Amino acid sequence: MSSLSVNHLLGIKNITTGDIQLILETAKNFKEVINRPIKKVPSLRDITVANLFFENSTRTRLSFELAQKRLSADVVNFSAASSSVKKGETLIDTVNNILAMKVDMVVMRHSSAGAAEFLSKRVNAKIVNAGDGAHEHPTQALLDAFSMQEKLGDLKGKKIAIIGDILHSRVALSNIFCLQKLGAEVKVCGPTTLIPKYIESLGVKVESDLRKTLEWCDVANMLRIQLERQDIKFFPSIREYTMLYGLNKDLLDSLPKKIVVMHPGPINRGVEITSDVADSDQSIILDQVENGVAVRMAVMFLLAGRQ
Amino acid sequence: MKPKVLLENKQLEVTLTRLCYQLIEVHNDFSNSVIIGLQPRGIYLAHRIQKLLEGILKKKVRCGDLDTTFYRDDFRKKELKPNKTNIDFIIEDKNVILVDDVLFTGRTIRAGLDAMLAFGRPKDVELLVLVDRRFSRNVPIQAKYIGLVIDSIETQNVRVEWAETDKKDRVTLIDK
Repeated sequence: MSSLSVNHLLGIKNITTGDIQLILETAKNFKEVINRPIKKVPSLRDITVANLFFENSTRTRLSFELAQKRLSADVVNFSAASSSVKKGETLIDTVNNILAMKVDMVVMRHSSAGAAEFLSKRVNAKIVNAGDGAHEHPTQALLDAFSMQEKLGDLKGKKIAIIGDILHSRVALSNIFCLQKLGAEVKVCGPTTLIPKYIESLGVKVESDLRKTLEWCDVANMLRIQLERQDIKFFPSIREYTMLYGLNKDLLDSLPKKIVVMHPGPINRGVEITSDVADSDQSIILDQVENGVAVRMAVMFLLAGRQ
Repeated sequence: MKPKVLLENKQLEVTLTRLCYQLIEVHNDFSNSVIIGLQPRGIYLAHRIQKLLEGILKKKVRCGDLDTTFYRDDFRKKELKPNKTNIDFIIEDKNVILVDDVLFTGRTIRAGLDAMLAFGRPKDVELLVLVDRRFSRNVPIQAKYIGLVIDSIETQNVRVEWAETDKKDRVTLIDK
């Protein structure tokens, strides 16, 4: 099949393994495109995309915007801070007003889980979820899988550890769905207070010891401690978290094999990961960022290709 | 209906060799010329021509594969699957010979011209095709080097098979 089974990319949970493989295959072609002297193709020249960011973002937003521009789409940007949302306009009104100006595709980040799905049922445009609350962040999971495949080949049977704040992380959830669909084994590791209770029902293993986790895995995906979401105390102090769950060079070098280190960004240097690890040759953090553009180009190209 | 064979065996070999000598007449030793095959089916012809030329000229001839999917104007009308682009040279100021197996509506070539420009501004561009289905063009594009000209109707298909992928070298006309 060379077409997606869905009209919107709302999450990894509701797309098929075939969809994931198609997106990753197509992304390889786009990675070649963005490494050419002229990094632009005219595929989406007749498409207008609105980027609606109701929540802050640097990487994702820039990455989406670059992807759109390299596909020759017209782009309008919107951020909640400088808009009528502040005056009390509802989500659906805001979006319908934007669509009235003839927009074909909407990329949205919102703090409420399910916001993208809500929208996809009510408006006439293709929706790409760029993160909804602590629910899903599908393009991040896809670019993580793409980066892992680049490094390790087929992910079937590979051991992936997701370490840190699983509770608040949409990256963790999308990653779990995506990696499992590609046949990888997933283990989560973090303080008990930051591991959701239901997580084992998804078929992932839970481990609270960082060293044991690192000895088991091929890839360690270190998540950011979301300081802005720590409204109640989930652990005694940042320092204690770093001592128990921070990845430093000594620990990395003492492992029996060379594992791959990933981080979705933004990094709290010295908290979940030290600078020398983040900048080491085992880290593929900047590859993840490069691949993000290629993967997002593939997603929008394939969605726009659907009649 | 049984497919009608247009070219095979010795005849196809002679045609390919003739195309090579026609190229050499214009491009001499290929020192400033490159071949670009269009994905998905043109690359086999391009590499075959490259091999024959290298045999005749006793030197390396540069040849790349170009995918046109992202440049097509009909990508929302039918399902298209992108293929690999593999061009490891700069085409700036080179003489480029675009190669495809069948010239039909001309739309692939149009997209190919667009796609090619992402790799630089060539000095000169020519088109080589194995089969030219004349009177069926949608855009004003013609080939300079042609293996075989045929008259066909829209309900027919020209299929070019190569030993590399289809066991046998052969060109046939089939009814859809």
